Amino acid sequence: MSVITLTIDGHLVSGRAGQSVLEVSRDAGIEIPTLCWLEGLSPWGGCRLCVVELKGEQRLFTSCTTVAAEGMHVVTRSARLENYRRMLVELLLAERNHYCAVCVVDGHCELQSMAARLGVDHVRFDYLNPPLPMDISHDLFGLDHNRCILCTRCVRVCDEVEGAHTWDVRGRGTTERVVIDLDRPWKESTSCTRCGKCVQVCPVGALFHKGVTVGEMVKDNSFLMDIIKRRRSAQPFVERRRS
Amino acid sequence: MNRAELDQLRDRARQAKGEQRVRFLVCYSTPCLSSGAPAIRAALEEGIAEEGRKGEVAVVATGCMGPCSRGPRVTVQHRGGQETAYERVTPEMARVLLRRHAADEEGPPEHVLAPDLPYFTRQTRWVLENSGRVDPENIADYIGRDGYAALGRALHEMTPEEVCEAIARSGLRGRGGGGYPTGLKWHLVRKARAERKFVVANGDEGDPGAYMDRTLMESDPHKILEGMAIAGYAVGADKGFIYVRGEYAVAAKRLEKAIRDAERLGLLGARVLDSSFRFRIDLRLGAGAFVCGEETALMNSIMGGRGNPSPRPPYPAQRGLWNQPTLINNVETLGAVAPILRHGPEAFAAIGTAKSKGTKIFALVGEVRTAGLIEVPMGITLREIVEGVGGGMSEGETFKAAQTGGPSGGCIPREHLDTPVDYESLTALGSIMGSGGLIVMGQKSCMVDVAKYFMDFCLDESCGKCIPCRAGTVEMHRILERITSGSAVEGEIERLEELCALAREASLCGLGATAPNPVLATLRYFRDEYHAHIREHRCPAGVCRFTDVPREHLGDRQAAQMQSARSEMEGI
Repeated sequence: MSVITLTIDGHLVSGRAGQSVLEVSRDAGIEIPTLCWLEGLSPWGGCRLCVVELKGEQRLFTSCTTVAAEGMHVVTRSARLENYRRMLVELLLAERNHYCAVCVVDGHCELQSMAARLGVDHVRFDYLNPPLPMDISHDLFGLDHNRCILCTRCVRVCDEVEGAHTWDVRGRGTTERVVIDLDRPWKESTSCTRCGKCVQVCPVGALFHKGVTVGEMVKDNSFLMDIIKRRRSAQPFVERRRS
Repeated sequence: MNRAELDQLRDRARQAKGEQRVRFLVCYSTPCLSSGAPAIRAALEEGIAEEGRKGEVAVVATGCMGPCSRGPRVTVQHRGGQETAYERVTPEMARVLLRRHAADEEGPPEHVLAPDLPYFTRQTRWVLENSGRVDPENIADYIGRDGYAALGRALHEMTPEEVCEAIARSGLRGRGGGGYPTGLKWHLVRKARAERKFVVANGDEGDPGAYMDRTLMESDPHKILEGMAIAGYAVGADKGFIYVRGEYAVAAKRLEKAIRDAERLGLLGARVLDSSFRFRIDLRLGAGAFVCGEETALMNSIMGGRGNPSPRPPYPAQRGLWNQPTLINNVETLGAVAPILRHGPEAFAAIGTAKSKGTKIFALVGEVRTAGLIEVPMGITLREIVEGVGGGMSEGETFKAAQTGGPSGGCIPREHLDTPVDYESLTALGSIMGSGGLIVMGQKSCMVDVAKYFMDFCLDESCGKCIPCRAGTVEMHRILERITSGSAVEGEIERLEELCALAREASLCGLGATAPNPVLATLRYFRDEYHAHIREHRCPAGVCRFTDVPREHLGDRQAAQMQSARSEMEGI
């Protein structure tokens, strides 16, 4: 496996060919904020929080989708980037309904901690507060569209890891929403395996276990890398059997 | 079919045309169809049958003749070559025209469009050379005008590399708005190594007020197919997709027929023109999303997925449809290919400016006397387009600004009317060439309102994948709404500019990145109008109704509270 060397925030770091800028950066101990990205799932590039500057390029690049290349000069922190990241979180907070005080994941929420980490202490934009429904038809899990940030982690984990593809998105722009099967109540889903992976990877309080109240929902997505590592080690056997 | 048979077919088509003494060309493009062209055609056909002139007098349903604002349009051709163009024709008038022209008399002078109208004389028609001249549903008509000859030449006399080189030499650049050198793109896909390659024609035009691609597809579908086949040969693809916007039913129908006819004659399919080149074309209909005009979203849509854009790189030339190298060109770009090979790349490169060669089609609409589809040489000034081709401003209007590039472009004010129209000059002015929408506005247009209109369009069409575009456009629209309704306070323009910068730099695809352009351009040239709205509650154009009162912004109050809390804490 070939090794590449690049400069990130002035540090010379090395990584494996094919790794993304984000992966190389994290391996080197340089943290880049992310929301839609989750290790083990395919990169999505939707939240834009992980944008970085590349030397010689005008536009910004999302580090999760950009493949690291030899000799790249990456800047992950600058006044411009910090400002944009803050604005992005502000936009997310204003877009739907994120009142932490009445949220099941209060204190364990990735959006909340991201806002704190980036120093978002107020929102300068109009709160849109669209009236969105909830789906609590399922006996184990609940879905609250008001909290959803459309990161599509649930869609990806269900498709790529569980293999059920129960989740997808419908509509576009502000009317976009995650849906179950062809937009039916969760209870009636014929593809859902009740595995609950979507609930655990959801970074906010949009997906939760029924029965929890404010601040009680603690998510744990450590299972994801366990599964993926086991799959990788099983891969040679699967392929031998196939041939 | 081989090349000799193609030549025979061409001669036969020309001969058949020569046997007709008088030809009535009726414009059957969407604008004329909606203003009554079918009734005119019916009246003419009825008249011919009644007078027993079948054979010597023919009615041909053609593509767009322009100027579209004066439809329905009819052109009468006599065997000798003389032609008369009529505007605003009615079925009754059509009967009169038939009687007079069939008897070789002069037609009625009313409704005649003078042949020396600047609208006609100032155009340079390359891509639209057949538009309004041929029946788009008749392949023989196209072949009669040297159709598919360029494909024959490419297949039998040129190597793929030579074809790419010819396109590169012509200086053709992407006509969808990006302006990427077409020859370079072809070379890239040609050099890419892969099992399969694809060619895609982008006909998902969506800018409000623009209809260049629709007209081209409706008027001359075979030219696009020929361009695609040449592109396929040049880059080594055996399959093409033509992606047509779902609303363009007429264009889709004509393209479908064109594909069938071309396959039947062996001009597409397993052995194109008796060569070893294999090329098939499939039609794909969009489902009405503007964002599907973005190339990565368009490819997702072709593959049956949701029309969401994906980050580039990888570019389609590296990894496109089904992860194979894919050449994506706008239909207008592909429409220029056959004429370039027929007349030579040098002839095409001789038109235009140093960096922008050839001609560009514009949909000239708004407050001009003669609105319609035009094809003009690159480098023509806006003044020549508005005052020359368009015949000047409409009655009682004075020029205020011209919007190019639709919701991704910007407006160009009066003081820049003499700027040459080419990719670089328009970008320098804060607008873009875009796909060719050109909306001329008079003093009665409020520029804040125009910016709001385009922002409304973008927020509606955002796919929702990335936040700057999904939520940013909504917040920008809110601010513009406040400015036009009277509830805006000082500082809103600055917040608007901040959001513009975010959307421009942090968006995933071109839709979000260019969505702020109409706002930024109006702020650049008409900032005083914004100030008049906010400070004086006055709309200089008299469009906006101020129904609201200035409101303190909640965010500002919060910010002030946070500030005082912070200083208190520092005090402790």
